[in-house]
Amino acid sequence: MSPVSRRDFIVAGAAAGAGLVIGVYLPHGRKHSHAFSPNAYLKITPDNQVTVVVARSEMGQGVRTSLPMILAEELEADWKQIQIEQAGASTLFGDQTTGGSASVRTCWDPMRKAGAAAREMLISAAALHWGVARASCKAENGAVTHATSNRRASYGELAAKAARLPVPTDVVLKTAKDYKIVGKPIPRLDTPAKVNGSAGYGIDFRVPNMKYAVLARCPVIGGKVGSFDDKEARKVEGVSYVGKLTDSSIAVVADNVWSAIEGRRVLQVTWDEGPNKDLNTAAIMQSLREAAEKKGVPLYTVGDVKKAAGRRIEAAYELPFMAHAPMEPGNATAHVEGSKCEVWAPTQVPQDVRDSVATAIGLDPDNVKVNVLLIGGGFGRRLEHDYAVEAAQVSKAINGPVKVVWTREDDMRNSTYRPASYHNLSAVLDGQGWPVAFTHDLVAPSISGQKGQPGEGGVDPDLKDEAALVYSFPSAQVEYIQTETPVPLGWMRSVYALQVAFANECFIDELAAAAGKDPLAYRMHLLAKDEDIKYFDATWRTARMRGVLQLAADKVGWDKPLPAGQFHGIACFGCFSTYAAEVVELSMEQGQPRIHRVVAAIDCGQVINPNILQQQMQGGVIYGLANALRAKITIEKGRVVQGNFDDYAPLRMNEIPAVEAYFVESTEAPTGAGEPPIPPLAPAICNAMYAATKKRVRALPILG
Amino acid sequence: MAEISFRVNGSERKVRALPETPLLWVLRDTLQLTGTKFGCGAGLCGACTVHVEGAATRSCSTPVSQVAGKNITTIEGLSANGEHPLQVAWIAEEVPQCGYCQSGQIMAAAALLAKTAHPTDEQINSVMSANLCRCGTYERIRRAIQRVAQGGGAR
Repeated sequence: MSPVSRRDFIVAGAAAGAGLVIGVYLPHGRKHSHAFSPNAYLKITPDNQVTVVVARSEMGQGVRTSLPMILAEELEADWKQIQIEQAGASTLFGDQTTGGSASVRTCWDPMRKAGAAAREMLISAAALHWGVARASCKAENGAVTHATSNRRASYGELAAKAARLPVPTDVVLKTAKDYKIVGKPIPRLDTPAKVNGSAGYGIDFRVPNMKYAVLARCPVIGGKVGSFDDKEARKVEGVSYVGKLTDSSIAVVADNVWSAIEGRRVLQVTWDEGPNKDLNTAAIMQSLREAAEKKGVPLYTVGDVKKAAGRRIEAAYELPFMAHAPMEPGNATAHVEGSKCEVWAPTQVPQDVRDSVATAIGLDPDNVKVNVLLIGGGFGRRLEHDYAVEAAQVSKAINGPVKVVWTREDDMRNSTYRPASYHNLSAVLDGQGWPVAFTHDLVAPSISGQKGQPGEGGVDPDLKDEAALVYSFPSAQVEYIQTETPVPLGWMRSVYALQVAFANECFIDELAAAAGKDPLAYRMHLLAKDEDIKYFDATWRTARMRGVLQLAADKVGWDKPLPAGQFHGIACFGCFSTYAAEVVELSMEQGQPRIHRVVAAIDCGQVINPNILQQQMQGGVIYGLANALRAKITIEKGRVVQGNFDDYAPLRMNEIPAVEAYFVESTEAPTGAGEPPIPPLAPAICNAMYAATKKRVRALPILG
Repeated sequence: MAEISFRVNGSERKVRALPETPLLWVLRDTLQLTGTKFGCGAGLCGACTVHVEGAATRSCSTPVSQVAGKNITTIEGLSANGEHPLQVAWIAEEVPQCGYCQSGQIMAAAALLAKTAHPTDEQINSVMSANLCRCGTYERIRRAIQRVAQGGGAR
C-alpha cells in the first residue's frame, strides 16, 4: 500500500460515513505495493482481483454476498471478479455488530460510496493515462473504456495508477433504474463450500498444538463452585488439565473434545447453589403479572386515553423464556501469548469480544486480535461474548492455544434467553366498533438493563426498534414496566418485537371480532389515512403497512372461500424499519392447529438480492413457527429444565407448511429482513385458530 | 486406548482412541475431517450423519469400535470433486443459509436416493425429518432432492 493511498483511505473512510477512522487497516496481513485500496472496504490488485471486505458476520443471512453486491454495483465491477475477505475486529468500520437486521441498512451508504469513489478514481486514472477527456471514458464490467479510440483497461491494469490519485469526497451514486447487480437473484458466494464440507465454521478452526476444553458450569443460575475432586477426570486418557476457571466454572482440557467431555463427566463437583436454588418459572410468571399493576415508563403517547368513552375491551397475553438453539454449539479458539491474545470466534460482535477478552484476562484491547469465523446459526446467541472469554481464560491458564466447545446441553442450559413477558391491553371502542383508545402495558425484564446498560429514562433501548404502534389511534398509550430476573437474558431473533407483535396483533383481532368486522378490513381502516407515525427515532408510514397487508391478502386470496374446515388468520408488524404481514391457513386437528400455508409479504425498501430475501423470509417463518408452537424454556429449582432437541424441539421437515414469500417493489433505502418476518407469525396463527374455534389463545407456546 | 482400523472415503485409516469414543470426534479431531458436524451429541439432529457401509449413520452416537473394518463415507468423500448430483442440486436450489446442518442433510439424502431413486414427498419427509435445520431450509432441501430424483442437475 503506498503512502498516498494509506492517507487517502483514511479520508475516504471518514467520508464514507464509516465512523471515526483512527487506525490503518491492512486487511490482508500482507502488502501489495501496487494494490489500489482507496478505502477499507476494497482492494484491487494488478492481477485484476477485486476483493471486497465484509465487516459484518456471516451467519446464514447472506452478508458475504449481499454486501459485496452493493459495493460492486457502484464500482461497475465484473461480479465474477469479486472475492470477499472477512474483517476481524477493527477500528475502520464503525460498529461491526451484526444484529438488529441492520447489516444492509447500515452498510448501504458506506459501501456504495466506497465503490463509487473507486470507480471515479479508476476512470480518472484511465483518462490521464490515455490523455483523453474524463467524460469520454466509461466504467463498465470491471474495466474503463474509451469508445472513440476503442481502448479498454481492466481495473487491475489501472490499480497502480488509480492508487496515486486523491480519493474524491463527493461522488454521484447510481439510481435504481441503472442497477445491474443490486436487485438480482445472484447466487450466494458461500454456497459451494457449504455443500462439500469445506466451509470452515468456528468449531472447525484449528491452530497447531491446540487443545480442546469443555467447562463444568454450575447448573443453578448464579451458583458457584464449592469444591471439586478431579482425580477421576485426570485419569481419562487425553485429559491434560483440570482447573477452576472462574467462581462458577471448572475447565477440563484434553487432546480431543471427547476426552474433555469424558473428563467432565467423571469430575466430582459440589456446587454452592446460591440464592436462586428455589427459582422456578411459575413464580417468575406470577411476578410479571403482579408487576403489571405498577406504573411504567411511557414509550408512546397520543391524546389522552383516560378521556375516551365507549365499550371497553381488555385482554392479557404472556410469553415464556425461549432459547436460540443454533445448530453450531458455542465455541471459540484463543491463544494467549504473554501480553497478546488472538481469538478466532464465530461471533456477531468482534469488537465486544476484543474488549471483553481484554478485560477478562487483563490485556490492552489493542493487543487482542479477533478473527471472525463463519457462524453456524446466530439468531442473536453470538451477540454474547462468553465463549470467547472462556477460551481466552483457558488459554491463559494452560499457556497454549485452546478451543472451548459447548455441548448441546451446555448451550440449552447456559444460554441467554428471550425474556418472558406479560402484556395488559385495553381499548375503548366507539359506536361503530373503532378504537378511540388503545393501551398496552408491557411487562418484561430488560436485556440491556441486566447487562448493565439500562436505557435513558428507564426505556429499554431495544424497545425503540421493537415496540412501535403502527396504527393511528385517536388516543394511545404504551408503557414499559421493567422487572428484574436472575435468568440470563439475551437478544433472540426479532427480540421484543415477537412479544409486542403477539400482544398487539392478537388484540387488534379481538377488537375486530368485538366490532363484528373482518380482521383485514379492520386493520386497513386503522391504516387508511396516509400518516407518518413517529416512534422514537423511527417513522412508520401507514401507506407502507397497508401495502404489505394488501400484498399478503391478495396473494393468499383473502376474499376467496377456503375449503371446509380451513381458516385464515392475519397479522402485521413493523420492526427494524421494515414492514411485514403474514396470512396463515390452518385447520384444527384434535384441538391442535395444522398449518397448511403461510403467505408472507415484506417491504424492506430496495431489495439487494431477492433470492437471499426469500431465504430469510422462508427461514424466518419456520423459526417463528417453532417459537409460536413449542419454544419454551422452563426453570425448576434454579435450573433450566430443557437440555437437547428432544425437550426443546425445533420444527422438522414433516411439520412445515408451504411458505410463500413476496416483497414490495421499492426504491426506498434498503432495510433488513432477518427478523421482521418473525413477529407477525404467532398472532396470525392464533387469529386463525380463533376463526376456527372462536376461542382465543393468549399465551405462547400454542402447544403448551 | 485401542488401535482401530477402518476405511474413510476410500483410504485406510488407523487411529488410537478410547473404544467408546464417538466416530464423530475421531473424524473431526483425529482425522481432521471437519465437514461432519457436531449438533446435539444424542442422535437427535442429524448434523453428524455419515455413511457406514452406505447406510446413513449418526456418527455422534456410534462408538468408533463399532466401525472397525468398515467403509465410512463423509461429506468430503461423497464425490471426487463436490459434484455429486445432490451437491449440484443443493447449489442450484440455493439451499444453505448458515449451512451448518447441510453436510448431514446431504449425506442423509444421498443414502435415501441410493435406496429409493424416486422417492415420494412422503418418503422424503419421513427420512429427512430426522435432520434438523434451524435456518428453515426444508422446502429447498425437498426441492433439491426432487430435482435429483427427476434426473435434473444444475439449473
